[in-house]
Amino acid sequence: MTTNYETREHDVLVIGAGGAGLRASLEALAQGASVGVICKSLLGKAHTVMAEGGIAAAMAHVDSADNWKTHFRDTMRGGKLLNNWRMAQLHAQESPERVRELEQWGALFDRTEKGDILQRAFGGHTFKRLCHVGDRTGLEMIRTLQDRGVQQGIDVYMECTVTRLLTDGGRVTGAFAYWREAGRFIVFKAKAIVIATGGIGKAWRITSNSWEYTGDGMALAYEAGAELMDMEFVQFHPTGMVWPPGVQGILVTEAVRGEGGILRNKAGERFMEKYDPKRMELSTRDVVARSIYTEVKEGRGTEHGGAYLDISHKAAEYVKKKLPSMYHQFKELADVDITKGPMEVGPTCHYMMGGIRVEAETAQSTISGLFAAGEAAAGLHGSNRLGGNSLSDLLVFGRRAGLAAAEYAKRASASSFDNSQIDQAEKELLAPFSNSGTESPYAVQRDLQEVMQNLVGIYRTKEDLEKALVELGKLKVRTAKASVEGSRLFNPGWHLSYDLKAMLIVSEAVTLSALARTESRGAHSRIDYPNVDPVWEKKHNIIVRESGAMKRRESPLEAMPEDLQQILAEDRS
Amino acid sequence: MKEATLLVFRGDSNGGQTIAYRVPVAPGMVVLDALHHIQGHLAPDLAVRWNCKAGKCGSCSAEVNGRPRLTCKTRMDDLPQDQPITVLPMKSFPRIKDLVTDVSWNYRVNRKIPPFEPRKGVEWKISQLDVDRVQEFRKCIECFLCQDVCHVLREHDKQEQFAGPRFFVRIAGLEMHPLDGRHRAALLKDQLGLGLCNITKCCTEVCPEEIRITDNAIIPLKERVVDEFYDPLTMLFRKVRGQ
Amino acid sequence: MAGVPTSLPESRLGSTLRGDAWWMEILAVVIVLGGFGAYATLRAFENAYYFWGPYLSPFYSPLIDPQHHWWPFSPALLILVGPLGFRATCYYYRKAYYRAFFFDPPACAVGESARRNYRGETAFPFILQNVHRYFFYLAVLFIAFLWRDAFRSFFFEGRFGVGVGTLVLTLNVSLLSLYTFSCHSLRHLAGGKLDCFSCATFGRPRFAAWRVSTFLNERHMLFAWCSLVSVGFADFYVRMVACGTFRDLRLL
Ligand SMILES: Cc1cc2nc3c(=O)[nH]c(=O)nc-3n(C[C@H](O)[C@H](O)[C@H](O)COP(=O)(O)OP(=O)(O)OC[C@H]3O[C@@H](n4cnc5c(N)ncnc54)[C@H](O)[C@@H]3O)c2cc1C
Ligand code: SF4
Ligand code: SF4
Ligand code: FES
Ligand code: FES
Repeated sequence: MTTNYETREHDVLVIGAGGAGLRASLEALAQGASVGVICKSLLGKAHTVMAEGGIAAAMAHVDSADNWKTHFRDTMRGGKLLNNWRMAQLHAQESPERVRELEQWGALFDRTEKGDILQRAFGGHTFKRLCHVGDRTGLEMIRTLQDRGVQQGIDVYMECTVTRLLTDGGRVTGAFAYWREAGRFIVFKAKAIVIATGGIGKAWRITSNSWEYTGDGMALAYEAGAELMDMEFVQFHPTGMVWPPGVQGILVTEAVRGEGGILRNKAGERFMEKYDPKRMELSTRDVVARSIYTEVKEGRGTEHGGAYLDISHKAAEYVKKKLPSMYHQFKELADVDITKGPMEVGPTCHYMMGGIRVEAETAQSTISGLFAAGEAAAGLHGSNRLGGNSLSDLLVFGRRAGLAAAEYAKRASASSFDNSQIDQAEKELLAPFSNSGTESPYAVQRDLQEVMQNLVGIYRTKEDLEKALVELGKLKVRTAKASVEGSRLFNPGWHLSYDLKAMLIVSEAVTLSALARTESRGAHSRIDYPNVDPVWEKKHNIIVRESGAMKRRESPLEAMPEDLQQILAEDRS
Repeated sequence: MKEATLLVFRGDSNGGQTIAYRVPVAPGMVVLDALHHIQGHLAPDLAVRWNCKAGKCGSCSAEVNGRPRLTCKTRMDDLPQDQPITVLPMKSFPRIKDLVTDVSWNYRVNRKIPPFEPRKGVEWKISQLDVDRVQEFRKCIECFLCQDVCHVLREHDKQEQFAGPRFFVRIAGLEMHPLDGRHRAALLKDQLGLGLCNITKCCTEVCPEEIRITDNAIIPLKERVVDEFYDPLTMLFRKVRGQ
Repeated sequence: MAGVPTSLPESRLGSTLRGDAWWMEILAVVIVLGGFGAYATLRAFENAYYFWGPYLSPFYSPLIDPQHHWWPFSPALLILVGPLGFRATCYYYRKAYYRAFFFDPPACAVGESARRNYRGETAFPFILQNVHRYFFYLAVLFIAFLWRDAFRSFFFEGRFGVGVGTLVLTLNVSLLSLYTFSCHSLRHLAGGKLDCFSCATFGRPRFAAWRVSTFLNERHMLFAWCSLVSVGFADFYVRMVACGTFRDLRLL
C-alpha cells in the first residue's frame, strides 16, 4: 500500500472551521495547547457565514425583563422538553458573556439608542433577544473569530477533508484526511479531537445547506464508536425560496418575520391565525413549517407551491437597512422587490438538532479523546431549535469543547495508533478510481436526495420510513460501485463519493430513529402518530455501531433538578 | 427547452483550454447552476468552488464573459443569449484546476494586519452613527473579485508590495472602528503599498457587496496617510499638540 | 462536448474577453478632457478678450497685472496653476486620466501594454498627488474670487442688471463650488478623519458636516464634468462677447 502522506501533530485538532470550531480553537489555544483546524472549504466560508438573523442571548438591552431563566424556559419549551436541561441552562447563562467577548474582539453589532447591542424578536423567544448585524450576523461572527484565530497562531488546514478518525484502544488519537486541491493524503496525530463539522442537510433535495453539509462529523464519530442521539429531529425551516427553480431552498431569514413580516396564502388569508393565534408568524419553526406545508397541500398555496411572506407594509428604507441581503437576494435572483411585494416561501431542510451525544459541561462524546460542538453535537435543542440559538450554541459549547479538549490533552499520553488504519482509509478513498461501475456519484446523490425529501420529510409515516430504509440499502450498494473520472487533482466527483458515504450513514440513522419514535414532537411529525406521547418524553433515541452494523437503543432522559423544574413551571401562560 | 453554450476553462497550472458544453436553461438560472449541471451530467470532475449559492460566502468567483463575477449571482438571462458564455478562472491567482485558483496569498496578507485593539479604558458603548460607516466594510464576503480585477495585481503582479483592495477595506474597518486604538498608516504606506493604488476604481465596479471600496475605504485611508506623512501643517500641528 | 482549443488571451494592451464597448469611456474622456486642455491652453496664451463690461473670464480671475508692469506674459499663466493643479490632483480626474491617457488600466479587466516598472503613486511624479489638499485650500480662494466676479456681473456701469453673461458666470461659479465642496480632502477634513464621531469634541457637528460632504462627494464625478464644461463655456462666452462675435443679451 502507498504510505505516501504527510504527518502533522497537534495537542488539539479541531475538525471544522465554523463558529463552533473556531471558538473551540481559540479556547484551546488560550489554554496553551497547540491547535490545528481543518475545514473542507476555504477559511471563512463555513455555514456560520450564512447565518443571517442573529444570535440569541438574554442581555436584556431591549426588554429589560429578560434573563437567563426566560431564555432557558423558551429553549426547553421550543425543544418540547427533550433538551439536555444542563446544556440549556449553561447556554442561557453563558451566551451574553460570549457575545460581549465577540464585541471585545472587534465585532460590531447594531446598537440601541443607549449604545448597547440591539436585539430583535424571533420565533419562540419571549423577549427581543437576538443580537444582530442587519441580516448578516454570521458573517460578522465568523470574521471576528477567524481573524482573531489567525492572529493568535492557529494552524489552519483549508480545503482538507477528514475521512476517518484514527483510534487506539477506544481512544481517538488522530485523523486521516486528504487535500481537496492535490488529492494527497495527510495524517494528523492529536491528543484530543473536537468535531465541529455542522449538519446534514445536503441529503435532502430542498435545503438551505451547502455541499459541505453531508454529516461527515457524525459519520466519523459513529464509525469510531461514539453514540449519536436524537437523529430523527431534522429542522425544516418554514421559509426557503421556492422560485425560480435554481434557488429553491435558499433561506429567507426568520428576521423577516421578526421585523414584522406576515404570512398569507393564495386567498390572502393570514393563515397562522388558524395554527397558532397567539404567536402567529413568530411561532416556533416546526409549527410554522407544518402550517405552510398544510396550506400548500390543501390547495391554498401560491403559484409555485409556497406561501406569501410580506414585509412591504414597512417603510422601504427600513426594510433595506434591516434586511439588506434579503432585499438583494430577491431582487437579483427572483426579480422580486420585497419592499413592494410579497416573497414566495416554503419549507426547506435547514438544521440538525440531533448529532453526536455529548456531556453537557465538557462537550465530550461517549468515547475518550473525542469532543463535539455546534450543529454536529446533540442535546441543546431537543426536538426543535429556536432561531438564533445556534450561533449562541456555537460560542458557548465551542468554548467549552476547546477548554475540555485542551485539559484532556494536558493529561493525555502522546498520540499513537496502528498504521493499518491508514492503509485501510487510503484504500477506501481510492476505490472509486478503480471501480468498474459506470454510475457517477452525482446520480446517486440525486436519488438519495429524492428519497429523503419524499420519504423522510416534514410529515412521516411508517410505510414511507420503511420504504426509505430499503431504498437507502440500495443506494449503499450503488455508492460502493460508483466510479469517478479524471485525476486526484481537485476532483469534485471523487470528493462526493466519500461525502455520499457519510450522507448515507446519517440518513440511515435519521430514518431508523424516526421509525422508532411513534409520536409527533417538535420537528418530528408522524401522520400515523399525530400526538405527543408522554412515554417518549422521557427517552432519547441512540444510534451506535455494533459489530459493523447500525444499532438503535433508547436511553432515559436525566432527571431535571428541582430549581430548574420550577423555572420551567413558572408563567405557564 | 432552451439551451445555452458555455465555454468553460478546463486545465490546470500547466495550461488548458476552454471546452464547450451545452446546457438546458431554466427560468431564473444562474451561471453556477449551469456549472452544476455540467458537473452532474457531463463532467463530474469539473472543479468549481461554491457554498451558499446566494451571494453570501464569496466562494464562486470567476470571470464570466471577461468580467469578474460571482457565478451564483450572474443570471443567464442577463447575458447575451445568442453567443457562448465564457467562464474562466480568476486571472490574478495561480490556477489549480478548471475554475479553482490558489487564493492562499490573500490569507497570508491578512496576517500582516494588526488586529483590533480597544483604546485603553473604553466603555463598551457605541453609537449607531459610528457603526453605520464601518459596517459597510464589514460586509465583505472575501470573494477576492476586487483583488482579481485590480490592475496592480492583475497586470503588474505586485503581490509582494501590495495588499490589494480587499485588505484596504479590512483596514478601513479597523481604522474607523470607533473603539480601536491602533494606527496603521505607516503600515499602509510602507508595507501594504497603498500608494500603488491609482484609484482607478475597478475594485468598486466589481464588488458584489457594493462596497464603495475606492471612495469610502481607499481614499479616506490615503488621506490619513497624507495626515501622517505628507502634510507639513498637520504634522506640525500634531507635534505642537504633542500627539 | 467538442474540445475547442481556445487559448486564453495573453496580456496585451486591450486584450480582454469583455464583449462590451469598454473603450467608449476612455474615448469620451480623451475627447472632452483633451479638447478642454487644448482650448484652455490656447486661451491662456491668447492674452486678450478676457473681459467685457462687468464680465471677467474665469480663466483670468483673479486678474493680476493686466498692464504688464512686471509680468510680461498673459496674466492667465500666473493663476492657472491653481485650478489646473486642483483638477490634476483631484481623486476623480486621476482615475479618468490614468485610464484614458496612461491606459493604467484602460478599463477594468482589460490588458495593459507590456510590463514596465509600475510605481503607482509611490514615486515621482505621481507621489505629488498627495498635496491635493493644498490645492483644495487654493481652490477655495479661487471660488471666493469667482463669486466676487459673479456678483460684479450684476452691475452694469454701477446699475443693477442681468445679462446672459451674468447667468453664465453665476451658474459656472455654482457648479465650481459644488465641485470644490464635494472634494474628498474636504470630506476627510470635515469629519472623515475621526474614528468616533460620538466621542470626539465637536463630534456631532463634524458628523453632520461629514454627512453633507459625503452626500456631495457621491456626486463628485458629475460635478467634475459639469463644472469643466461650464468653466470652458463661461470663458468662451466672455471671449465671444469681448471680440464682438456675440452680443450679450440684457435680460433685466
Ligand atoms: C442560511 C442559514 C442561515 C442561518 N441563520 C441562523 C441564524 O440567524 N441564527 C442562528 O443561530 N443560526 C442560524 N443558522 C444555523 C447556523 O448558522 C449553523 O447551525 C451554524 O453556523 C453551524 O455552525 P458550526 O460551527 O457547527 O458548523 P459550520 O459553520 O457549518 O462549520 C462546519 C465546518 O466543518 C467543516 N467540515 C465539515 N466536514 C468536514 C470534514 N469531513 N473534514 C474537515 N472539515 C469538515 C466545514 O468545512 C466547516 O468549516 C443558519 C444556517 C443557515 C444555513
Ligand atoms: S482603485 Fe486601486 S485598489 Fe481598486 S482596483 Fe484600482 S488600483 Fe486597485
Ligand atoms: S471588498 Fe467586495 S469585491 Fe473585495 S473581496 Fe470583499 S466583497 Fe469581494
Ligand atoms: S456560492 Fe456563496 S457567493 Fe456564490
Ligand atoms: S477635487 Fe476631486 S477629490 Fe478633491
